Amino acid sequence: MLGLTPGEWQAIWLTAKLAGLTTLILLVLSAPLAWWLAHTQSRLGDITAALVALPLVLPPTVIGFYLLIVLGPQGFVGGRLEDMGLHHLAFSFEGILIGSVVYSLPFAVQPLREAFSAIPPRLLDAAATLRASGPDRFFSVVLPLARGGMLTAIVITFAHTVGEFGVIAMLGGNIAGETRVVSIAIYDHSQAMEYAEAHRLSAILLGFSFVTLFLFYAINRRAMSPLKP
Amino acid sequence: MLKGHLTLRQGSFLLESGPFEIETAGVTVLFGRSGSGKSTLLRAITGLDKHTRGTLSFNGERWQDGAWRLPTQKRDIGFVFQDAALFPHLSVRGNLEYALKRAPKTGGPGLESVAARVGIAHKLDQDVVTLSGGERQRVAIARALLSHPRLLCMDEPLSALDWRAKGELLTLIDELAHETGIPVLYITHAPIEVERLASRVVFMANGRIERIETLREALARPDSPLFDEEGPVSVLEGAMGQTDADGLTPFGTDQVRILLTGACGEKRSATRLRILARDVSLAMDEPRGVSILNHLPVTIERIDPAHEGRVTVACRLADGQLLLAEITAFSRRQLSLEPGASAYAMIKSVALME
Repeated sequence: MLGLTPGEWQAIWLTAKLAGLTTLILLVLSAPLAWWLAHTQSRLGDITAALVALPLVLPPTVIGFYLLIVLGPQGFVGGRLEDMGLHHLAFSFEGILIGSVVYSLPFAVQPLREAFSAIPPRLLDAAATLRASGPDRFFSVVLPLARGGMLTAIVITFAHTVGEFGVIAMLGGNIAGETRVVSIAIYDHSQAMEYAEAHRLSAILLGFSFVTLFLFYAINRRAMSPLKP
Repeated sequence: MLKGHLTLRQGSFLLESGPFEIETAGVTVLFGRSGSGKSTLLRAITGLDKHTRGTLSFNGERWQDGAWRLPTQKRDIGFVFQDAALFPHLSVRGNLEYALKRAPKTGGPGLESVAARVGIAHKLDQDVVTLSGGERQRVAIARALLSHPRLLCMDEPLSALDWRAKGELLTLIDELAHETGIPVLYITHAPIEVERLASRVVFMANGRIERIETLREALARPDSPLFDEEGPVSVLEGAMGQTDADGLTPFGTDQVRILLTGACGEKRSATRLRILARDVSLAMDEPRGVSILNHLPVTIERIDPAHEGRVTVACRLADGQLLLAEITAFSRRQLSLEPGASAYAMIKSVALME
């Protein structure tokens, strides 16, 4: 199909798996973090916000480099894993998954934080007076009202991870079925002067990215509107 | 009965209630100027602010003890916010169901009957953002009632409404308080709402509870904070009688009868009459040959010191209620008015509180 080789299909599947898992992990991690950032008044909040935003300004190579050092065989985490008889995380799918989570963190936290901040505190007070407990308020008031921000976080995180290159190149290398995602495969093909293959995969990424963003804006416009009182 | 002593700091504002005991039956109004701490006290009482400290019990049940606080959702309270605070992602019905789903299953009135009672039965399937201000507050009231509260709190629920909606909702709140028997804590800075609804008034100033008294006591004070630019006011309680052939409707008690004109006869459920002291004058003998309809025999109870050449005279009516008259200090000397004397109060105009 589409004239793609099994190797290219593998790269596409790997990219989708990486982006999907990254998005899932980030949603779970970001929701409490974004909630805390939206409501804290402590200095720690500013420090955390700056740390979360770092991947926006750092070159991916810097993130990849530090992660390689930490997760590699001599690193703090990688070394411990080796001591425990496990494998270190450099040049592995788990390694690039961690890298993607770090790299896309601001793209999940930022929209959620804004969505949470936009919820009037009175609505949560009202829910409490109607006997809703804390978790009940979160699921019955916060999540439905933050659905626009959730959708943004999901789409942008997924798309951003699909477009990731530098971190994976540094941390994961180029191992078929393990770390060779589409962006790496394109780089590989172009280095080998296999322009037809590079063209095919590039066109697929371009098409995917455009369709995703287009659908996102179209849906978001409708999803957000009834929430503006 | 709410009993306690609460403190709460919000930014530079400090609520320091002082020890208090508030009898919760009927409508208790928290009254004070803006910035006096009414809303902060209500947040502390309802447990909505985790920084609240002190002690609080409701009918003997512990609600606050030091930093420990019974969570709001376990206090069985209803709350009507100034801006209604309806959930924008739910329809009117969805908002009411939210309350009903979490209420104890005691078989109280259902969603449809409460909606009909507050006048929003035809709005149930609407989006809450399409409602008018008055409708939003009606939904908020219905939502609070459906959660079967033991105490209903209202934080300036009428402040964002036009005068017509205000009047309609005052009537509704008054009727509901009587029908349901749920004690109400009501915040306002409008004396007219106090005079209309209150059985008891908690006066607040500078983050403190200044005093707690019945409406009657509050209106008997010459310096009552309830008196605004219109001057002293009396509120007479009574019931409406039958409109006669001349279009006059009597209002009052067995011993006191005040005749009302105009469309007043249609307001059958009115129980309170508002009379400005400056609309009441005094005569030593029963007036004859005057166009003023209402003149009542009174006993002078108290004469307050002159202020800008005028004195306020507290007059005891035959049924024991107090009527204030504002006359000039000159007239007072001319008539030699002294406490204990008998006189006639002539009432120029009254307002039925409906």
